[in-house]
Amino acid sequence: MRGRNEPLGAELVSRDAWKGRDVISILDFSRRELESLFAAASEFVGPPKPRKDLADYIVATAFFEPSTRTRLSFTTAALRLGAKVIDLSPDVSSILKGESLHDTTMMLEGYSDLIVMRHPSEGAALLAAELASVPVVNGGDGSQHHPTQAMLDLFTVKRLKGKIDGLTYTVLGDNRYARSATSFLYGLTKFKPKMVYIVSPETLRPRDEVIKQLKGLGLRFEQRAELEQVIGNTDVLYLTRIQKERFPDPNEYEKVKGSYKLTKEVLAKGRSGMIVLHPLPRSTELPYEIDSEKSSAYMTQAHLGVPLRMALLLKVIGGGRS
Amino acid sequence: MGAMTLARRGNLPQNDDQTTMLVRKIPDGSVIDHIAAGKALSVLRLLGNPQENGFTIAMVMNVSSSKMKRKDIVKVEGMEVSQEQVQRLALIAPRASVNIVRAYRVVAKRNAVPPRTLRGILSCTAPTCVSVREKDSAPSIFFLSGKSPLRYRCKYCGRELTEKEISSQLG
Repeated sequence: MRGRNEPLGAELVSRDAWKGRDVISILDFSRRELESLFAAASEFVGPPKPRKDLADYIVATAFFEPSTRTRLSFTTAALRLGAKVIDLSPDVSSILKGESLHDTTMMLEGYSDLIVMRHPSEGAALLAAELASVPVVNGGDGSQHHPTQAMLDLFTVKRLKGKIDGLTYTVLGDNRYARSATSFLYGLTKFKPKMVYIVSPETLRPRDEVIKQLKGLGLRFEQRAELEQVIGNTDVLYLTRIQKERFPDPNEYEKVKGSYKLTKEVLAKGRSGMIVLHPLPRSTELPYEIDSEKSSAYMTQAHLGVPLRMALLLKVIGGGRS
Repeated sequence: MGAMTLARRGNLPQNDDQTTMLVRKIPDGSVIDHIAAGKALSVLRLLGNPQENGFTIAMVMNVSSSKMKRKDIVKVEGMEVSQEQVQRLALIAPRASVNIVRAYRVVAKRNAVPPRTLRGILSCTAPTCVSVREKDSAPSIFFLSGKSPLRYRCKYCGRELTEKEISSQLG
């Protein structure tokens, strides 16, 4: 689909040009486009009503890696809009016979009107988007991008804090391999946060290319080693688990395993009104005892995935085939 | 390899500090100057090892340079380096300059300019990049992200290759 999307003129972009676009990185979208998405998603929050906007359309989900929330919320969103969903299961498809991403994508474009793809290789969604004539939505590619998660995270902040600008954010955890954290940081570059603290063990700091990108985009951020240094100033605490499955060397994982954990004692030092977000699934960094805290917002965040993705599907597919 | 012309100036004392190396002028061909010290052989490989096709090569290595402290120079007699070769040359010798010589006179000067986009020339160093895992259907594409030092960014995963990595892949 990329060929049809590029180049997008500045006028088109500023006029909220979602229809027919691939969703590969949140960096591809303007603040105005994101705000328009959030406004549309707000319309879908609350008790669902039967809709037929996408009744003539088929959405394909192709998850080459495990997923609970992204896959199910996309499926739910499509079904709530009246679309039909087909699902590629790598463990029972020709991928087991060695079928390439190229050929798999060429099949999916022939069977569906939009492809939601998750893949362990960085750049897989971009490659699929270049091949397919239908829009491709990146549901996560390796440790690189997870754009719809970042859109959801920012939407949650907007819903719960009333604004995204002017807040202090702390992004704690695996900032090297967690694509959710990277995409959230990229998403913040579209807004005007007061300050962003990036807190992680030394080996889990953001990759060089990410730091370079954040600096280039003018994000005001500082890297810190301890959460306690910054929690008193934090409005939004964004937490990720250590991505065990992405460590090239298991010994490196063992060195950092359990190296950070949110406790009630640390949380008590936080500023009033602070919210805690987590893309889930969690590990030991987020004990269940935190769930009952007033600041915990990650279940709300997960539930908002459906309205956010309903709005996204509707904007990208457009609705009304004629 | 073709004739390598190295000589010590006879009237100078034979110690390293005062040793001067001389290479004779060539009547026709290409003089590639400002190659980073130690890269002359890589340059020859990038040019397709012209000595194997009968061209005479003269080469000086590790000579003093006001611009680069130390540099290598390669002269290829009888062969004119093309603009396309000059572009590729920029990947391992980004500060190189090429003089085209005819009848002992420089008739053209070509500076190595790194191409903005490279397709299928470099390999991404990220083992999980789609251009590595699906290389049969996704040839590598790199965009120039820095000239000094030279850097190229993978289109698919964003990983940057350093000048050293580029040089080691091509050298």
